[in-house]
Amino acid sequence: MPDHDLNVEEEQIDEGKVRCEACPIRCFIKPEQTGSCDRYGNVDGVLTRMDPVTVLHITNKRGGSVVPFALNAESWSGEASISPEVVIIGSGSGTTYPDYKPAPFIVSSLHDGVDTVTVVTEGIFSYCGVKVKIDTDRHIGDERSLVMHEGEPIGHVSTAEYGSQMLSLGGVHHLTGITKHSGLATMRALEELCEKRAVELQVEGGASLIIQAGTAPVINGVEEQLMRVGCGSASVGMFAGQWQDVVDEVVVVDEHITGVLTEHQAGAVLGMRPSGIKLRGRRSTPGRYFNVVEPGIGWGGTNISDPLEILQPFKPKLAWPGLRLLMVSTTGDAAEYFVLNDKLEPIRQPLPDDVIPTVEQIGFNCEPALTSIVFMAGAGGSLRAGTTNSPIRLTKSVRNAQTIVTCGGAPVYIWPGGGITFMVDVEKVPPGSFGHVPTPAIVAPIEFTVSRENFIALGGHEKSIRQMSDVLLAERVRHLEHKEFYTQ
Amino acid sequence: MTGAAVSAFLSDGRLHLQHGPIDLIIEAHGDAKDISIAYDAMAKRFETVLDELVLELTSLRREVSKADSAKSPIARRMIVATEKYNDEFVTPMAAVAGSVADEIVQIGWTSSSLKKLYVNNGGDIAFRVGSGEEVVVGLTKSVIDPTLIGRLHFSSKSNVCGVATSGFGGRSRTFGIADAVTVISSCAADADVAATLIANHVSLGSHPQVKVVAANLVDATSDLGDRLVTSSVGNLTKQEIETALDNGVEKARAMCTRGTIEGAFLALRGSVRSVGKFHCSYLVDGKVSW
Repeated sequence: MPDHDLNVEEEQIDEGKVRCEACPIRCFIKPEQTGSCDRYGNVDGVLTRMDPVTVLHITNKRGGSVVPFALNAESWSGEASISPEVVIIGSGSGTTYPDYKPAPFIVSSLHDGVDTVTVVTEGIFSYCGVKVKIDTDRHIGDERSLVMHEGEPIGHVSTAEYGSQMLSLGGVHHLTGITKHSGLATMRALEELCEKRAVELQVEGGASLIIQAGTAPVINGVEEQLMRVGCGSASVGMFAGQWQDVVDEVVVVDEHITGVLTEHQAGAVLGMRPSGIKLRGRRSTPGRYFNVVEPGIGWGGTNISDPLEILQPFKPKLAWPGLRLLMVSTTGDAAEYFVLNDKLEPIRQPLPDDVIPTVEQIGFNCEPALTSIVFMAGAGGSLRAGTTNSPIRLTKSVRNAQTIVTCGGAPVYIWPGGGITFMVDVEKVPPGSFGHVPTPAIVAPIEFTVSRENFIALGGHEKSIRQMSDVLLAERVRHLEHKEFYTQ
Repeated sequence: MTGAAVSAFLSDGRLHLQHGPIDLIIEAHGDAKDISIAYDAMAKRFETVLDELVLELTSLRREVSKADSAKSPIARRMIVATEKYNDEFVTPMAAVAGSVADEIVQIGWTSSSLKKLYVNNGGDIAFRVGSGEEVVVGLTKSVIDPTLIGRLHFSSKSNVCGVATSGFGGRSRTFGIADAVTVISSCAADADVAATLIANHVSLGSHPQVKVVAANLVDATSDLGDRLVTSSVGNLTKQEIETALDNGVEKARAMCTRGTIEGAFLALRGSVRSVGKFHCSYLVDGKVSW
């Protein structure tokens, strides 16, 4: 090295840079950047192999070997259930690990009749996405509506679940099938969501959303507070006893099943007097009405701004002047109190002191509204091929629970059926586990953990088994120096 | 002690040479013995490629007019390819990928008797075609979308031996917004630098939909220094797409006229232009013989 370079070295190290020794370029890498190869980066002043435990994408059947690092040590080695008899293997451990790792962006495929392709990326395909559960009954958009990010379609509104709206984002078609820009937008959104960062989405013909794993969703600029305690009918059932003495009638307004206390089984059992109330919508069974309101962003997550819109004139034969009516949403966040006048018209009044606790009780029994994100991906043939001579044995071994699959050390649910398609709660995966290649494809960790005995029985490459201590020494020596945790 | 160059075979039998940021995918056709000789020769040559470049890296990252005279053959290829364009900012690094491909393909082709050979360095391809053979290069409309939109057939009569693609979203930074600019030229180094420069010119200048960032903010050692490179491209109108392509086409035509390239394809948001001896209508699943 010439002298002037040594001077440069001292100056650059001062700025928090690290020097990579992985190849002769010996890049100085600034904090939060990668070297010229994109394989090594400066993470908090520590030279770090940027490849996660393995690359989770389908590399096509050909040329698909990827050699991961065995352990994302700094993030999760304390959590993983590793015993001395257990080997942790990444996929592709049969190649000349650890020195040889074809970068994901050069993994090549053959096209029929074409020798080679003039593109930075050759034939990478990605099979992954996220399922998003947004705890809200607010209408965020019709089912099947496109979900847009950066103006590009990245998924759609899926079928609603209990107290929540569901989004299905990503998947191979959005990542690779529509346009380059939609693929990139999809990739960026998936990576951000998996890394538990906030992402802005727009539902076509619906709401704007800001969602982040483990936090309250923001819908049209308003942060959602509570998940409803149950449908309107269920709410009536739960709180009937508390209402019995303080009001004469309660309507729990709900887009699915609106409950009416005195008609409801719960009110009847308590011997409550029929109020003569008439609701729009369709009566299903006593006290349970469908189609009363539509989902929306108005009163209590419905399309109405005034609850009186759903009432028809009271039946004069049953109703009486002075009747006390409570109308409340399923989360208790919207509540109004009325008293009938001599003409049996409901007159709005402040919530009486003895009614307020019953409304608060609904909110108290609601859970906080959260966004939860499950990453779903499939480990195809190439991912398994590096692990054993017969990939199918690995699949069977996973089915038999002899081989445990984890994602960044987090437990996964394996889908029944073919392949190794798993789902993982991104909040359980260590930060920094997810990345991308510009293909676009998402990079995520996956580990197969199996006993040595079973590993060899699988046809695993015995020679490739390395002692954990060797792996740590060889791959993470800088981490060991920097992270006191491991020297204790 | 830094890591050494790695030579390995992909499962389809192609040779993969990797060292630091360089990844080469190589395929030779011919007798098994000749292929083996060529692969050995190329792998051997590759062992020192990165070390040679690193020795002169400081100079090669300067504007080409200020670069020292190069010692290594690859560095010389880089300078020769880039100094033709002394009327605008360019460093020899703009030709590094193509120059490595040219050097390796030259070694392989002269080491034994092959029918055809290509060296693909991240999309910058150097090739040689024997009599009666052809090399088919797939054409894409984006550097990050491998869907083929056409094929280029090169025969032994072709006077071109290099194809390179550049654009926004690839590994290199660009001043422009092209999805892909593919250039066909006499060698990969020439194609490489031309693709880079044309892609730089597929541009709308300062534009609200185009976000830029200083190159050395995203890569501290970038040869582009604090020049502004594209970081994202938003929605563009049809007219804006055509205007940006016009700007690139003008640059590509000038290169064709000067004879530094044979032809180019420029792609942006589904619009494709061609410059050279072929027509765009040949593009979609068409066959452009050369």
